[in-house]
Amino acid sequence: MKKQDIPQDESNLKSANMTEVLYVTDENNNYSTANSIGWEAKKAALDESMALINERIQQAKEDVAQNKVSPIIYFMEFNKMDISVLASYMGMWQWTVKRHAKPKIFNKLSNSTLKKYADTFGIPVDELKNFDGK
Amino acid sequence: MQINFEHHQTAHCENGVASNLLLNRGLKLSEPMIFGIGSGLFFVYLPFLKVNFAPGFSYRPMPGAIFSKAAKRLGIKIKRQKFSNPQEAQAALEKNLEQNIPTGLQVGVFNLTYFPEEYKFHFNAHNLVVYGKENGKFLISDPVMDFATSLSESELEKVRYAKGALAPKGHMYFPTHVPEKVNLEEAIKKGIKDTCKNMLAPVPIIGVKAMRWVAKSIPKWAEKKGTKVTNHYLGQLIRMQEEIGTGGGGFRFIYGAFLQEAAVILKNDELKELSKEITTIGDLWRDFAVDIARVYKNRNSKSNIYNELSKSMLHIADLEEAFYKKLRKAI
Repeated sequence: MKKQDIPQDESNLKSANMTEVLYVTDENNNYSTANSIGWEAKKAALDESMALINERIQQAKEDVAQNKVSPIIYFMEFNKMDISVLASYMGMWQWTVKRHAKPKIFNKLSNSTLKKYADTFGIPVDELKNFDGK
Repeated sequence: MQINFEHHQTAHCENGVASNLLLNRGLKLSEPMIFGIGSGLFFVYLPFLKVNFAPGFSYRPMPGAIFSKAAKRLGIKIKRQKFSNPQEAQAALEKNLEQNIPTGLQVGVFNLTYFPEEYKFHFNAHNLVVYGKENGKFLISDPVMDFATSLSESELEKVRYAKGALAPKGHMYFPTHVPEKVNLEEAIKKGIKDTCKNMLAPVPIIGVKAMRWVAKSIPKWAEKKGTKVTNHYLGQLIRMQEEIGTGGGGFRFIYGAFLQEAAVILKNDELKELSKEITTIGDLWRDFAVDIARVYKNRNSKSNIYNELSKSMLHIADLEEAFYKKLRKAI
């Protein structure tokens, strides 16, 4: 990439006051570095990814409201996790977490298990217990 | 307590940490040099491993591989430690700081407070340097940041004990021996040979062959999984290509800079020409990303768009194959 072609498209980096370093060439093909505030193509990919996550969070919320899944699924999605990541944070098998995702099983969980989930999600136990998706 | 440590922003975290740590020990090597000697250029496709609901693509080797390989080839010794107990991990880090040893850490990015929201996901192979502790906060040199930052004890513990794939388990590392004179020529040659070997490997999930597999899969995804899923997979391909620090296009440019430096050290003009060639390939990777981004915008775009993307990626794979073959011969 030529130095003059560096994209300077305002992006997500701005919120953190960041730029990124790129290796670019000058008119004699010699390399040096330059900073960019962002690039449209990459922003599009990140936006798509965020949109997908938000869609999943919304879906999880509706599923909790309809009593299809337990609040664990909502907070899992909210924290951009999937079952395997959540299971490793909880130190449990994936099938155990999947069981806890069923509203019936969730309602019977011990306080210590609920506390562990709540800590993993960084929320108070009550918020986890009382989340109804409505 | 603060160690005299220079923060330099780099394009990729692992090269950056390596380059900054070595500079602190008096060995000045540029980011591209570390990247080239450590054989950082790579491609792997793991179709069955799902990351963020898309197959695993990576333009980089396993975390730690670049620095380990570079160190081995330069005669540098690195000490690496993992801890099952977070308190022990913090104590060991603090002990290092007391002994004036800036220390590299592998961390997860999800809880990195200073990152923009869009970059926080469960990815555990980021690298940074801790170079001091002041007022209860660790001083952090994160090579992809413009400036040095800091993290509290609990914030640092969270990122050192992130869970999931490639969990860092408190992984810390630092050079224990840096030779006074390094044999750059030999190290460069070894690095180049290894890169060519990997990228031309006769294995379907690695190197040029893996790129072709991905390329051929694009139209199949569209047919079997529909537009939405395919676009998400392609998005993953761009994010992996152009994430802060990592990058397919970006990596080709770092390699171009490496070959340019190597041409001078090895007095080999052919490498200079090859530097131009990989730069052109890097530009094509970027064009490829732009084409993918365009697919998002025109959702009702014509159906052969996925075939065209597939063709462009196959074309890049052909050019790369020719490039590594020439490079292998050139040294």
